[in-house]
Amino acid sequence: MSVKLNTRQVGDVSVIDVTGRITLGEGSSALRDSLRELVGKNQKKILLNLGDVSYIDSSGIGELVSGFTTVTNAGGQLKLLNLSKRVKDLLQITKLYTVFDVHDDEAHAVRSFT
Amino acid sequence: MPENSPSVGETVERSFDSTLESVDRAEELASGLAGRAGFHEEDLLKIGMAVREAMVNAVVHGNRYSAHKKVRFAASSGAGRLTVKIADQGEGFDVDRLPDPLAPDNLLRCSGRGIFLIRSFMEEVEIRRLETGGIELTLVKYQSAK
Repeated sequence: MSVKLNTRQVGDVSVIDVTGRITLGEGSSALRDSLRELVGKNQKKILLNLGDVSYIDSSGIGELVSGFTTVTNAGGQLKLLNLSKRVKDLLQITKLYTVFDVHDDEAHAVRSFT
Repeated sequence: MPENSPSVGETVERSFDSTLESVDRAEELASGLAGRAGFHEEDLLKIGMAVREAMVNAVVHGNRYSAHKKVRFAASSGAGRLTVKIADQGEGFDVDRLPDPLAPDNLLRCSGRGIFLIRSFMEEVEIRRLETGGIELTLVKYQSAK
């Protein structure tokens, strides 16, 4: 399995549940398309739930960064939820962990949007 | 493999098409070989990711998905180490001119982290420009004594 994305609405926050692998090809392009669609709909609060992401490569990291930039430039906020140890380690190695607002609890994450 | 099994030397060589499917196959081959050699789970993940990044470099940036260019893959295990060589037939690049992905100005770039991650996951990384054109990456991982 590459990647599966499901978007749901919690109040005014769009939560994208990501399952599978975010790697070069289908995985990273699906994430890109999903984020761009939300931005196109003027959605400003996006929470990316990566709890079921088993694997992410440098292209996947690039897509997270690209998504962050796209949403921020549109005046919105992109936050991350439920990072596995592997994904957290990758973001720390690449010094991106502090760039993103990372949460472990969905309700708390939803409330943190301004 | 049981925890205390002796590692078995093994060599695998392939010539891959320049496709993303080849990236998956190479990752599986290297991880499988490392697993049979007794590498631990955490190291298997690092080896798999490093090989994946090296293959993506070869297929995407080196050979640019060309149907006329191959990626040469060779992996060998033995004496507590795994060595993987991945060579493309592209035009090569100057490793000294690769931007530092950790530099503040580069942190939000969407690409340029592949070689950095390979170096993070493997103990030794050699990048060599081939006389025939292209780049050969040699990745070495030593078995940890966990």
